[in-house]
Amino acid sequence: MNRRWNRTLSLCGLFCCLLAVGCSDSSPPQANDSSDPPTLYYFTWSDYVDPTIISGFEQTHHARVVVDTFSSNEELLAKAQSGMTGYDVVVPSDFMAGIMSRLGLLADLDMARIPNVRYLEDALQRLPFDPGNRFAIPYLWGTVGIGYDSEVMGDPPRSWEALWNPKYSGRISMLNDQREVFGVALKALGHSLNSQSEMEIRQARDKLINQKPLVKAYSSEQFDQLLVSGEVVMAHGWGGPVARAMRERSSIRYIIPEEGGTIWTDCLAVLASSSQKTLAMDFINYLLDAQVATQTSQRLLFASANRLVRDRLPSDIRNNTAVYPPGEAMSRMEWIEDVSEAIRYYDRGWTELKVH
Amino acid sequence: MAHPGRDHLPGSRRIVNRLLPIQSPFPIRVALLLSLLFWGICFLLPLALMFLVSLISRGPYGGLEWTWTGENYVRLADPLVIGIFLKSFLYASGTTIVCALLGFPLAYCIARSSRAWQQWLLVLVMIPFWTNFLVRTYAWVLIFRADGVINGFVKFLGWTGDPIPLLFTDFSVFVGLVYGYLPFMVLPLVAALERISIHLEEAARDLCATRFRMFWHVVIPLSKPGWVAGAVLVFIPSLGAFITPYLLGGGQSLMIGTLIQQEFLVARDWPFGAALSFGLMGTILVLWGWLGRKSTEQAAG
Repeated sequence: MNRRWNRTLSLCGLFCCLLAVGCSDSSPPQANDSSDPPTLYYFTWSDYVDPTIISGFEQTHHARVVVDTFSSNEELLAKAQSGMTGYDVVVPSDFMAGIMSRLGLLADLDMARIPNVRYLEDALQRLPFDPGNRFAIPYLWGTVGIGYDSEVMGDPPRSWEALWNPKYSGRISMLNDQREVFGVALKALGHSLNSQSEMEIRQARDKLINQKPLVKAYSSEQFDQLLVSGEVVMAHGWGGPVARAMRERSSIRYIIPEEGGTIWTDCLAVLASSSQKTLAMDFINYLLDAQVATQTSQRLLFASANRLVRDRLPSDIRNNTAVYPPGEAMSRMEWIEDVSEAIRYYDRGWTELKVH
Repeated sequence: MAHPGRDHLPGSRRIVNRLLPIQSPFPIRVALLLSLLFWGICFLLPLALMFLVSLISRGPYGGLEWTWTGENYVRLADPLVIGIFLKSFLYASGTTIVCALLGFPLAYCIARSSRAWQQWLLVLVMIPFWTNFLVRTYAWVLIFRADGVINGFVKFLGWTGDPIPLLFTDFSVFVGLVYGYLPFMVLPLVAALERISIHLEEAARDLCATRFRMFWHVVIPLSKPGWVAGAVLVFIPSLGAFITPYLLGGGQSLMIGTLIQQEFLVARDWPFGAALSFGLMGTILVLWGWLGRKSTEQAAG
């Protein structure tokens, strides 16, 4: 009988532990004493966190900032759609900011509290997904191009077609992102990377299937490391990670092919459900402050949306095309836009590519 | 023990009794009720919700639109999807077979070693569980890559050609799967083999059975419960594996797990992702029932 009791008790204990664990991390404490500093919940990309910057805001604004991270736009959308998230400031990418605003998830920004918006880079003004910056303000931005090892490749890959060169079979990596990868093929074929034509998307799919035997990996997280380790000679990828890879292997270079590529920006926005909207606006203004933004770009090697930052950065970062694309390339860049129903063709083509 | 009149029981006991009309001591019944509750909330509720999701449509921006449709299940019949299912079954079967072949000798050694040794060996089998699976899978990336452990060793032996391509191949995915699920085969096998008396083996040997026949006719059939448990524990998770093909396969090929992940997180098509999950579950249940009936038929015949 005694042993049975013990078992029952331990079962109950286990159950309580599970319950406690299950409850402990949910629901950020909403009610604060008036004496406590207000708390801001900041939901951002996992590689965008810089603790010194956050603590700077906490000191100047007598607030507490709780940072949580996500690793994909879809994760952010899923959480935001679930309703009362408790988050205040979020960082969606361009197209996702458009989707979230159309779904009514984003609050109107109070421009009076965000004076730093006047320093916005020219290229980032009046963007198609939010022309008046009603819901979102660009924060960090960059391009997608090819990172390559100049020691192995004598000639830089001037065209996307270089990614179809059999000479580098098994030493090419592509992003694991359907719109970006289809964008490369569409661009190489001379189409828009926002094509909604089933025929063009099919052509792109066939071109990608031809490329697959040459591709070592479709990877969005590891391509910089693959470049550093010499596993691949050419990596289709974001400029920031390529710039970071250059620090580890000096022969790595970055190029935006002549057909042009994608330009992207991650935006600061406030959730409609936020209970700290004023503080959230102040936080956005703080992140866009020239000095804070310079520190951010220096640490993360992503270009800042504040145009004053460029001149404050050390020349090796400012002149690195992986961080700041050369001026002549800007006219060739294209934003990834929502393709509405045509997304089905991309989806299916992507699955077919992966199965092939 | 005679039951006291039920009406005289305190209220809480009466409720528990009514909810769980089985003959067990009260504390056990409370514990059972709590675990049933837990099971219901944490397992059945999400499952029921996902089933509902699998019957509705995808919204224009990837949200859920509450119009009922069976289209998500019709899409399962697409040859593309069936191909991925078949491939995943092939991988999972291969993983199970290799795990069984590698796991049996190990389990046999552990089961037949002395008590003290046995404890240490079991701890060694379980030590990998103390580290996160993701971290351990990344370790395989370090082993397989061009300047990794294996290629470094081959180079040390005097190989001068290009590094052997190991990472991001079907081979690396397969090794990762076998590595990840081997303990799930070994542990139930040890438990089953331990229960076979050493005297039975001695008897077989005394009756002039060769070592092979002893294993084939005595040890293997008697450890069948261990084989079955191990096979299930390896087959089902490797069928839905997602981290391993993702990290070690370099996104080159799709298994069902990666396809479901893609539908949920990339295509934002939750309804189709949910239908895929239920398709997978249904296939496993049908297979399970078929195998179960076959084995009872065998036992009867």
